[in-house]
Amino acid sequence: MSSAAAKKVRPKYLSLPALLFEIRLPLPGWISILHRISGLLLFFPLAAWLLYLLDASLASQQGFDMVRTEYLQRPVVKLALLVFIWAYCHHFCAGIRFLFLDLDKGLDLRVARLTSALVLVTSLLLTAFFAVKIW
Amino acid sequence: MVNRIVTGAHYGLRDWLAQRVTAAIMAVYTVVMFVVFLRNTPLKFEFWKNLFEQGWMRVATLLFAVSLAWHAWVGMRDILMDYVRPAGLRLALEILTLLVVASYLGWTIQILWR
Repeated sequence: MSSAAAKKVRPKYLSLPALLFEIRLPLPGWISILHRISGLLLFFPLAAWLLYLLDASLASQQGFDMVRTEYLQRPVVKLALLVFIWAYCHHFCAGIRFLFLDLDKGLDLRVARLTSALVLVTSLLLTAFFAVKIW
Repeated sequence: MVNRIVTGAHYGLRDWLAQRVTAAIMAVYTVVMFVVFLRNTPLKFEFWKNLFEQGWMRVATLLFAVSLAWHAWVGMRDILMDYVRPAGLRLALEILTLLVVASYLGWTIQILWR
């Protein structure tokens, strides 16, 4: 029999510190959980916020001016808009990756890691692009 | 997975497929809107209002909203099934999700055809 130290304790219960510090998600895992988190954020509250902006901006000239030249100029609101843009871009890019995975494309470990990095970088670059545009 | 066809009923495959089809619809709309935005910044009110008065734009936006509603429902239900164990709480949150989805849809129609 092997030594007691080498013997693994089973079952292993997951504590919050274990989730935060012990378990290391591989890159494709990060893409997956971020896809979920961004999807949740987009559904609530971001979709409601965007509908409010669309409603106000289409209601009248004053509403449009209020949204465009006043409300969207505030730094905090611009940051919120960037959160939306990142969530949308990440959900979009990761979603397209998942569609290809469904078609059995890009399943090799090496390719899966590469496309994960690509999704992460592309959505961040798109966010940076919009950040420059709105600032 | 044996002998299960997509057009059949109640295999659990329908929602899975719906989520992907709605995703594709929304992706097309997104790319179109992205180009419209880039070509017309800074946005002017006349252009913005005129854009949403076009018949094709209203239909496309409604199609997007319906796709979003279905897509978000499947996605939120997946999340609730994964993380919320008590049946009562899960049902309550699912109903809440459906109410939010319906509200978004109604609000969108109101904005488009006011």
